Amino acid sequence: MGSSGLLTSLVDGILIGVIYGIAAMGLTLIWGVMDVINLSHGAIIALGMFIMYFFFTIAGLSPFIAFLLVAIAGLLLGIIIYFIAIHRVLNAPSLSTLLATFSVNMIIIGLGTAFLSTSPRNIDFSLGKIHLGGVTILGTRLVSALIAVLVAGGLYLFLYRTRLGKYVRAVANNRSAAELMGIPSTQILAFSFGLGTMLAAIAGALIASLLPFTILAGGAYELKSFVIGVLGGLGNPLGSLAGGLILGLIESLIPIYMPNTWVPVIEFVLFVVTLLFLPNGLFGEKE
Amino acid sequence: MKRTLIILVSLLLVASLALTACNQNTPTQAPEPEKTEAPAEQPAATEAPAATEAPAAPAAKTVTIGFTASLTGKLNVSSTRQNNGLQLWMDQVNEAGGITLADGTVVTFEPKFYDDESSKDRVQELYTKLATEDNADFLISPYSSGLTAAAAVIAEQYGKIMITTGAASDATYKQGFALVYQAYTPSSRYMTGAIDLLKNADPDAKKIAFVYENSKFSTGVVEAAKAYAEEQGYEVVVFEGYDPETTDFGPIINKIAESQADAVLGGGHFQDGSTIAKQLFEKNVESVKYIALLVAPPNPDFADLGDAAFGVVGPSQWEPDAAYTPDFGPTSEEFVNAYQAAFGEAPDYHSAGGYAAGLILQKAIEDAGSLDTDAVKAALDAMDMTIFFGNIKFDTTEEAHGLQIGHSMVYIQWQRDDNGNLVKEVVWPLNGATADLVYPIGE
Repeated sequence: MGSSGLLTSLVDGILIGVIYGIAAMGLTLIWGVMDVINLSHGAIIALGMFIMYFFFTIAGLSPFIAFLLVAIAGLLLGIIIYFIAIHRVLNAPSLSTLLATFSVNMIIIGLGTAFLSTSPRNIDFSLGKIHLGGVTILGTRLVSALIAVLVAGGLYLFLYRTRLGKYVRAVANNRSAAELMGIPSTQILAFSFGLGTMLAAIAGALIASLLPFTILAGGAYELKSFVIGVLGGLGNPLGSLAGGLILGLIESLIPIYMPNTWVPVIEFVLFVVTLLFLPNGLFGEKE
Repeated sequence: MKRTLIILVSLLLVASLALTACNQNTPTQAPEPEKTEAPAEQPAATEAPAATEAPAAPAAKTVTIGFTASLTGKLNVSSTRQNNGLQLWMDQVNEAGGITLADGTVVTFEPKFYDDESSKDRVQELYTKLATEDNADFLISPYSSGLTAAAAVIAEQYGKIMITTGAASDATYKQGFALVYQAYTPSSRYMTGAIDLLKNADPDAKKIAFVYENSKFSTGVVEAAKAYAEEQGYEVVVFEGYDPETTDFGPIINKIAESQADAVLGGGHFQDGSTIAKQLFEKNVESVKYIALLVAPPNPDFADLGDAAFGVVGPSQWEPDAAYTPDFGPTSEEFVNAYQAAFGEAPDYHSAGGYAAGLILQKAIEDAGSLDTDAVKAALDAMDMTIFFGNIKFDTTEEAHGLQIGHSMVYIQWQRDDNGNLVKEVVWPLNGATADLVYPIGE
């Protein structure tokens, strides 16, 4: 492959990778704060896609304005899910939260299939193209990637520069101690879960502006989020972004040299190797 | 604890992924057949009117048609349409008073169906139930080649006639089955017309890229199309399958761009096909002058892609404009109107395929004048008819019994009408074309 082809693939990988990163951040944030593996993550990504779709097709909003509304909807949805499905089983054995979130997943997918069918939807929206040397970059991809980076940066600032962010980190670190310091842990947990689903919904909305999707489309991104979470270190938001970039680059560069069906093989080998030798992720702290 | 759990869940996810992957190629294992004869297959002879013009009311019999539909899971859209088509046929036959057999018995039909969740495992379980517990008299296939392959084994084992629809793969009919009959044009002839069409439009085009879903159906189609293309002197510059779960086709399209292909052929089902079309358009691969994709383009929803849909060619089992003069059943127009009235949407070829499967069974029962499996089988073997769906004739050789040899594909292309709206036009075969091919696609 020529150098321009290689460069195109590289740029494609980076632009989609940061969006994968945002999706994974939602999963790892919830895990980091409350030790819950959110199996409804994929379904919420798909919901984010559909909320975006309806804002775009029915309300006629630009996808990049609609994405703010998707974020708010994602946050509220997460808080509702937390109080209905998670709160009561939070201190039960881990299997209970797994089952609870899996049930939420089944409910969303079931209702979604019944009301929306599994027909693919598409957001027909374009922001033109930018030509840089031999590389053509789609406007929508570039803007989506920028939004993803801004969201990641915003999350970092929130967690490390605000009082509420400090509360979240305190609850993640030691819930009992945080409670003793007067931090309302239930509200913080609910808010953190909301934050995680918000990130999932934003990722869904951004993906929907790029690629056709169905109500079942979230599953593939959930799986990617697990791989990224492990690569970047669970509970580490910036690690997720880096993990997303790695995954995006693997997906875009590997097919140049071998059949693209090798991509999942390589991804999951990397996944298992990371789990075995760097259990805190490529960027995690040593235990 | 935390670590053990995440490792456990991760391994489970990987294992499930591996299982799904294996499942796609696992040969179907059929359960042991029970050697019970379905009761009440034939109406009691004493009940049938003995003489013609007998004043007594004719005996009536309800025949159970067993099938599954994918009401949930990824095949839901196409399968629902197929199911609607079949239901429409059944409602119309029953409303018209049913079929009268040679002995005067009036037969009406009753559906017995389950949701197969788009899963091959469910199909085997449910067809066994349909054949044994529910005593279905005849079977119709589920949607898709993969599910049908699983169902056909069961039909054959329990000695039930099955009309397959929505299932194009050739392989199912090359296993020595005697009771499975295909309504669709088989995969081996699915894309060959698209190559003839290209050759007709541009004798100078030489390089073809094939990208296709790794599924039973798509692989069968492109392998046959590749052999045909090479025979026609084309150079196959890319021949690459992709995982059914693929979300982003950017990397594959970069490869196509690099190969300087004149034409892109392939696809698989709706989701991947529409994504490929969208990304090919966005990436504006300059060398590509012709795109033909499986399944997605004939679907009316394909127009949602907007500009990306323009110019894309797709093989279709049936189009409302295809002007066949039926010697049995309704005309295309009558079918379209009835379907529109019943379901509030235009039928696509999946809907037509469902209806056609019912018509084939109806004609066979009428010709046989009986519900006896052997008699209906003989009628199917001898069938050579034209319905609104096209010509129907089955291979009766031992090697490929039941394979469809009468029906052929039409090829549509998305074009713009005078008002700039996207419309489907039939572009091949030339004698049935409603418009000329737009070629090359970028113009």
